[in-house]
Amino acid sequence: MLVKASPHIRDNSSTQKIMLDVILALCPAIVASAIIFGLRALLVIAVTVAACVVFEYLYCRLMKKSNPIADLSAVVTGILLAFNLPSTIPLWIAVIGAFVSIVIAKQLFGGLGHNFANPAIVGRIVLAVSFAGRMTAYAYPEVTNGVSALAGATPLVATRNADLPLLTLFLGTHGGVLGETCAAALLLGGIWLVVRRVISPVIPVTYLATVAVVSLLAGQEPLVQLLSGGLMLGAIFMATDYVTSPYTLTGKLVYGLGLGIITCGIRFWATSAEGVSYAILLMNLFVPYINDLTRQKPLGGGKKK
Amino acid sequence: MKNIFKRAAKGARLAHNKNTQNIATVDLPVPEKILLPMQQHIGATAVPMVKKGDKVFVGTLIGRAEGYVSAPIHSGVSGTVTDLRPIQISSGAWVPAVEITSDGEQTVDPAIAPPKVNDYESFTTAIRNSGLVGLGGAGFPTAVKLTMKDLSVIDTLVINGAECEPYITADNREFVENPQDIIEGILAVKKWLAIKNVIIGIERNKPEAMDVMFSLIKGDPSIKVKPLPSVYPQGAEKILIESCTGREVPRGGLPSDVGCIVMNVSSVAFVASYLRTGMPLVARRLTVDGSAVVEPRNLRVIVGTAIKEVLDYCGGLKENVGEIITGGPMMGVSVADLSFPILKQNNAVLAFTREEAKLPPAGECIHCGRCIETCPIGLSPVIIAKAYNAQNVAELDRLMVDLCMECGSCSYVCPAKRPVTETMRLAKAMLRKGAKKK
Repeated sequence: MLVKASPHIRDNSSTQKIMLDVILALCPAIVASAIIFGLRALLVIAVTVAACVVFEYLYCRLMKKSNPIADLSAVVTGILLAFNLPSTIPLWIAVIGAFVSIVIAKQLFGGLGHNFANPAIVGRIVLAVSFAGRMTAYAYPEVTNGVSALAGATPLVATRNADLPLLTLFLGTHGGVLGETCAAALLLGGIWLVVRRVISPVIPVTYLATVAVVSLLAGQEPLVQLLSGGLMLGAIFMATDYVTSPYTLTGKLVYGLGLGIITCGIRFWATSAEGVSYAILLMNLFVPYINDLTRQKPLGGGKKK
Repeated sequence: MKNIFKRAAKGARLAHNKNTQNIATVDLPVPEKILLPMQQHIGATAVPMVKKGDKVFVGTLIGRAEGYVSAPIHSGVSGTVTDLRPIQISSGAWVPAVEITSDGEQTVDPAIAPPKVNDYESFTTAIRNSGLVGLGGAGFPTAVKLTMKDLSVIDTLVINGAECEPYITADNREFVENPQDIIEGILAVKKWLAIKNVIIGIERNKPEAMDVMFSLIKGDPSIKVKPLPSVYPQGAEKILIESCTGREVPRGGLPSDVGCIVMNVSSVAFVASYLRTGMPLVARRLTVDGSAVVEPRNLRVIVGTAIKEVLDYCGGLKENVGEIITGGPMMGVSVADLSFPILKQNNAVLAFTREEAKLPPAGECIHCGRCIETCPIGLSPVIIAKAYNAQNVAELDRLMVDLCMECGSCSYVCPAKRPVTETMRLAKAMLRKGAKKK
């Protein structure tokens, strides 16, 4: 007979189930990437996922830590990393990205739950500054009706000259990294995560709303800004990473606001066309302070007797 | 109104499992023997007043209340004292216990008579002599709760009928089977303590209880029935006061600091029955349920009856039983020995199968923040755990870990299955110890 401390029951949630929900939520975008960029997109995803899982396993083996593969967090990191790569990426670069994400950004800081920044974001940024040319060698969907005139430029660059039809932006049939173009698929995943209560909608909504408002103020077309670049992917899947986002409602609002402002700042007034990754990385670093300053107030804690 | 920017305080959404909600209470047959530990309440251990060989009756004083915060203990059977021995209670302490062998007659002590109550003083004295403790599970001596220096600060009596723990339906049955006593008890407390308003808080998952109460209080504007959301832990004192009155009990304070007294519904019904008959607290209603119980039901049990007899009367245990709990699955206590007796504050005996009782292994914290969102008090368990690991007493004080009531919600919702509540307990102890040193 068991004798244990209360509470004697637990709900049926688990880390593994949460990660599985995230993987499911990423599936529409995986399918979209295969349709838009061809089967090589799937190959890149498979390679980064496999590399992430293998690096995680090997590192823990080497450090004599228990095997964490079953929590599926490495799989999520692998998919997100692949989503940040163009489908033309040489596979060895993808493997380096996986190494940076899992070993450097995640495991060296203590593994799951201890990373200071989102591993996939760190992987993307390291690759972007190390292999700038190859990271922006975007593939273009073969579109029969001749919209492929955009060769050479991602929408964020392109929109500075010519406007893309909004529907194209929404469906993602344009150039870019393989997971970020199809806003429709990403939104579908986001809705799944909210319905399954895996994430709270506060961070994505605040982030997107801030970008829309700042775009308006800056004289940019808000919808184009919302639908292009890595914003949807970042807002729904990267900025909501538990470890690197604030706990409370107020904290999440502050975080989303900061993300939106930094993203627009980079997009409109800096030399880089894309600002989502840097915005998330920067805000990740602020999370401990946001958490300290936005702590919730306990019942009866206002006054001390 | 709850301010969500201040705290999420969502509470835990548990499966209610109120399987015995509509099962009428039956009396458990008088047991052959009862065992009465002298500690069935919060406060000082009672002192045995009998010795081996003494003849006792139903209602005879067995243990005298010792000190201010304590409660007397009475016999629920007539018969002979056959043993006086120390037993170990759930806190780990050893306390004296009196074993009484029943003669099967259930002869009532001739000294039993309705108490004479004519003012506040004599009312609290009567409650003190009745041996009443909080029947909702806490076991705090009711007389102590009702005794205060300045009665005029109290304007509201809150009756706790939330019964938020899963499985337990004893209070629900009290509403349905004994509503007249509840009203009489409320009126007595209201009268002798000169309280203006009464709020009866009932969770919405007890529609029958609400109907009964609504129809009984008609025409009395000073008594209100307040339907409460069925979210755990709705019945926790501070949460209940906030839900019913909007008032916040200050840190380190008592309900009386915000003009409230909270009484469990079964406790207040007992007050009426004691004033009418003078029979002290010797029996109580409890729910027997759980996946390893053959026939779940509600029983009226004489205090001191062995847990085993209670379970046997409900068809016994299934083969794969893994854990027995007195009280609810969230805050109840694991029982190691089935010969241990039912205590005054036990509102349920639950038995779970091995699969259900086994806890999954704990993983790494993924900082999902569910414990923070769930904590009904609005504490930040994950941050408290960090301060505890750093042994930072000053930070634990800033984080107000002493407000934690160990309701178990944080552990319940944790996807990494970490023992969050246990860490909170350790952190509370660390703060207490650290505070003493200063």
